Amino acid sequence: MPVVLENLGKRFGDGAPVLDDVNATIGQGEFVALLGASGCGKSTLLNIMAGLEAPTSGALEVPSDGAAFMFQDAALFPWLTARENIELALKLRGVGKAERRVKAGELLDLVHLGGAGDKRPHELSGGMRQRVALARSLAQDRQLLLMDEPFAALDAITRDLLHDELERIWKETGRTIVFVTHNVREAVRLGQRVLLLSSRPGRVVREWHVSEEHRTDAGLAGQLTGEITARLREEIRRHAK
Amino acid sequence: MPSKFLSHYAQAGEPVETSLIPGAVPETRHVTAALTRSSTGPADLRELEAGLDSLQSDAVRKTRVDWSRILLPVAALAVLVIIWQLYVSLGFKRQDLVPGPLDVLGQLGSLWADGKLQEAVWTSLQRGLVGFLISVAIATPVGLLLAQVAPLRRAFGPLISGLQVLPSVAWVPAAIIWFGLTDATVYFVVFMGAIPSIINGLISGVDQIPPQYRSVGKVLGASRLQLALQIILPAALPGYLGGLKQGWAFSWRSLMAAEIIAVGGTIGFGLGSLLDQGRVLSDMTVVMAAILLILAVGILIELLVFAPIEKRLLRRRGLLAGSTR
Repeated sequence: MPVVLENLGKRFGDGAPVLDDVNATIGQGEFVALLGASGCGKSTLLNIMAGLEAPTSGALEVPSDGAAFMFQDAALFPWLTARENIELALKLRGVGKAERRVKAGELLDLVHLGGAGDKRPHELSGGMRQRVALARSLAQDRQLLLMDEPFAALDAITRDLLHDELERIWKETGRTIVFVTHNVREAVRLGQRVLLLSSRPGRVVREWHVSEEHRTDAGLAGQLTGEITARLREEIRRHAK
Repeated sequence: MPSKFLSHYAQAGEPVETSLIPGAVPETRHVTAALTRSSTGPADLRELEAGLDSLQSDAVRKTRVDWSRILLPVAALAVLVIIWQLYVSLGFKRQDLVPGPLDVLGQLGSLWADGKLQEAVWTSLQRGLVGFLISVAIATPVGLLLAQVAPLRRAFGPLISGLQVLPSVAWVPAAIIWFGLTDATVYFVVFMGAIPSIINGLISGVDQIPPQYRSVGKVLGASRLQLALQIILPAALPGYLGGLKQGWAFSWRSLMAAEIIAVGGTIGFGLGSLLDQGRVLSDMTVVMAAILLILAVGILIELLVFAPIEKRLLRRRGLLAGSTR
């Protein structure tokens, strides 16, 4: 199991706990969508898994070489071209110069950006930037890929295509993906499993399995989406008082 | 084919049963649009993405030579010279106190013929550049260290800011006592002027880096040194360049101050020395010529060195759009 979370808790200073008693296991090559309303600590949980923050209680098991991470905005370095951004990830991993060039080219092809390698981030559209960011996180060559609402800021047409793209790349590369989102449709579209996180404190309250049929049958997917939405709203309603 | 994009949403109005779950609000019937695969396969996906990419990217615009950039400053300069000449022609003051542009031009010509002009410009420029480059070499690692190590910054930050406020000409008497009338005096004053302002520029450049860049660096596995050199330094480059510009200005000013005050000894003959010589001889044309030369060198360095670098830097990062440059 690449990722095991046991009774994980996190609080900042003396405040109320952000995460409390989070339990989950994520299998090798699995695509898990982590769903929750705003302020449920999804991003905090992801940061903990990435090693950017430390938990205050509980234990977690992640791959020893760490995880690749993709942020909500592409966070590409504006002084580097698309290709150089990817090459930097390879360089920091210790890949030699000639190999970097080849590998970066392959990754650009993988995200269908073979012709845009020499463009700078500001010359790319939002969707293209996110694809470069995806290629960069793949360049890290870690088994575990953590994604923090990577498509939230994109327009609907681009987002739909990137869903297809991500699914294709996941199948091609066999990565384990944890995908954080507040969008139920997105969670159902992408995840093999959807974990619902409660808000304040964040805790895994329910999980659903999403079958292959849900990806093509709009009726089936709609039904599951509705069910998860209802449960999510119930969770939000608890905070009305 | 727009229908391709839309087909994966459940049609509105279609009775997709979602409220059958126990515990869900029973009296309303939700019709929830869901997402399914939107493309029919990898080839289709590649084509769709290529289409979107070209729709969403701007076409590259050609840049032409903008003559207003050259003509406007030249015109402004001409207007100023004409006003100057008019003022002199009206004869409010004695000609030897306020020489006209032609007198100053004539003086420049004779200074050139003597070789004094070339010597003064070359001596000053050389000292200014060497002093500035050494300042950069000292200030860059110090600034990076201060920006990255919190206790150091807290300890020395206020002092560095203070040094920037202190006019470096205040160091001239001390430098003369320590080093005598040698080049060391001049360089010392230049360092005290340039180094603090370069350090401050670099620190403020680092402060303005989006925090996410550091997170990305950490996630990508950068060590502290790699983070500083490959991410922090390039990210801080616009602010750093501002610091360098200011550092150059401080170098040049400090140098002139030092040259005006410290004359003689083994100190060479620079523009400041020329200016002081004009004062001693009460020759206003020499004074004006020296002032104009000092100004001209400053403008030329800005136009030929800093402006192109800055423009290129900003354009590459997409920060030039809409500016009045």
